[in-house]
Amino acid sequence: MSGAEKGAVLILGAASDIARATARAYAAHGHPIQLAARNVDRLSADKADLETRSAVTVTLHELDALDTASHKGFVDGLPELPHIAVSAIGVLGDQGDNASDPDKATAIFRANFEGPASLFLVLANAMEARGSGTLIGISSVAGDRGRASNYIYGSAKAGFTAYLSGLRNRLAKKGVHVVTVLPGFVATAMTEGMDLNPRLTAQPEEVAQAILNAGEKRRDVVYVRGIWRLIMAVIRSIPEGIFKKTSI
Amino acid sequence: MTRLSGWGRFPVAACKTRRARSEADVAAALDTPLIARGNGRAYGDAALNPDPTLDMRGTDRMISFEAGTGVLVAEAGVLLADVIAAFLPRGWFPMVTPGTKFVTLGGAIAADVHGKNHHRDGSFRRCLDWIEVMGPEGEVTRTRPGDDLFDWTCGGMGLTGVILRAQLRLAPVATGWIEQEVRAAPTLDAAMDEMEMTLDRPYSVAWLDCLASGRDLGRSLIMLGRHADLSDLPAGKRAAPFATPDKTTRRLPFDLPPALLNSATLGTLNAAYYARGRRKTCKHLVDWDSYFYPLDTILDWNRGYGKRGFVQFQCVLPMETAREGMRALLKRISASGQGSFLSVLKRMGPAEGRFSFPMEGYTLALDFPATDRALDLMKRLDDIMTAFGGRQYLAKDARMEKRVLDASDPRAKAFAEMRAQQGLTGRFTSLQSERLGL
Repeated sequence: MSGAEKGAVLILGAASDIARATARAYAAHGHPIQLAARNVDRLSADKADLETRSAVTVTLHELDALDTASHKGFVDGLPELPHIAVSAIGVLGDQGDNASDPDKATAIFRANFEGPASLFLVLANAMEARGSGTLIGISSVAGDRGRASNYIYGSAKAGFTAYLSGLRNRLAKKGVHVVTVLPGFVATAMTEGMDLNPRLTAQPEEVAQAILNAGEKRRDVVYVRGIWRLIMAVIRSIPEGIFKKTSI
Repeated sequence: MTRLSGWGRFPVAACKTRRARSEADVAAALDTPLIARGNGRAYGDAALNPDPTLDMRGTDRMISFEAGTGVLVAEAGVLLADVIAAFLPRGWFPMVTPGTKFVTLGGAIAADVHGKNHHRDGSFRRCLDWIEVMGPEGEVTRTRPGDDLFDWTCGGMGLTGVILRAQLRLAPVATGWIEQEVRAAPTLDAAMDEMEMTLDRPYSVAWLDCLASGRDLGRSLIMLGRHADLSDLPAGKRAAPFATPDKTTRRLPFDLPPALLNSATLGTLNAAYYARGRRKTCKHLVDWDSYFYPLDTILDWNRGYGKRGFVQFQCVLPMETAREGMRALLKRISASGQGSFLSVLKRMGPAEGRFSFPMEGYTLALDFPATDRALDLMKRLDDIMTAFGGRQYLAKDARMEKRVLDASDPRAKAFAEMRAQQGLTGRFTSLQSERLGL
């Protein structure tokens, strides 16, 4: 495929570190880029960056991930239905606050599950009708098992992981591919100040490369660093009676 | 707190890092004394400050590029590797580049880095149209060549403020290839004669066998180069002149055991390298990455010296004393039996600026494991360097004493006075600036 024929890539939640790295990686491969975020004007410097580095077309699109009623209009308003859509929408919050305040908990549920699931619902239907496309959802290893330290965020991500799995199943024969990306720890604004083991912590550029490869090779579920597959397999295998007494 | 170090992994210090993603983040960090850090390629403690070290890699947006003139405006955290990836395919290459492409623009400006073309094209400052620097009160100044702030900031090791953005000129190139010519010089004098006779070559650097002694002292391979024209390429490569082989990068996955590096293994390696180079002295084409950045293909090569890390010693001696001084340095090193993986000799062009490293003469760069013995040897080298009127490169320095800097580089006093006058002392501070009283 020559550069001019490459399909557009839509980045949902385009202001995050992972989203920025992902947009760069796709732009470097010649894809036109659609950046979608709240207050999207703040991304004009990122648009200039992508256009300067890669000489591709970049468009900015206002998006409120929590306003599910607007999602159909949002997708219809894109300059073209993207070839690939990546959801980097997510909010971690503080587990202590999340677990004690129903409003905060609900906000985490909605931002990590409801919003991205609703957007993918609209995109999936449009891609199914077209008969092609790739949906890439960034979920989390926190969704692999609920733990005391992050189960509000983790349960929302578990919902999103299950949603992506179902969507993949539904669209497998319709020409639309669905990828679940599980980054593990990533050195981003979200985790700044946390004391993370460097061997378990990926850089945003590493996640971006994993996303690109997964889309290209039509992988289903991707752990960015392989060690997380092992860690989560162990964590999932601990019997509940023992697990409930641990503090992992 | 993270355990942070420079590229040499010596010294290591507990530092709180804060990542800046925007100008506002930089301004917000100014309430405590800080040093800005780029990609951590300075070897020693120049970009270490306990609380905080301001990580500028988050400000890495390119802002604009003029395809007709090769003028790029970019944020300070952009890597030279990014610049090359974006613009070499369009026929542009950095005017000045150090021996690694993994430096940020901010780091290149702060250290006023030089490359293999310093004798002709000067240091990094020469490709800059302007830079923007944030001062201690959050004020941003756009400063140009000729301004005081510009002059102190290029080579000022981040101690004049936080470098935010720059406009730089790239050089047009016709291909991604370098025509390289290797010449063997059996002695130090022969090497320096050769470099004097080839001053018209765009790129010139010598690899030196620092363990050779007696009549072999200073034997070198001189590597000359120029950007290849389209007509220099074999017919098969002309259709895609910027397509060079993708480097398979390797990573040193663990620290090598220190015992692997001793005078016997290094002596053998150095002798073999010299013998191999001597046989290959004709002109040949080398891709840009192998030519400018041979070590970048081994990511984390700094682990080759083991856990304890390593220290670079790089000084420049003026023309008048260069021959005698280099001989004295090499004799001292050779006698110690402590070799260096990589010893580089280079002819430098005229000095520019008030605190930049280069001066007209010869620069020698060596690395040593950070052992007591080697650190002791370096003190002896400090004295020799000072006696011959030389000075050291702060981007490499991790251990020089204040008295050595004061004795060898009288500009340091003026720099420190300027800092005090401008209210910069105690606002922009690194372990290096504390150690050297800058």
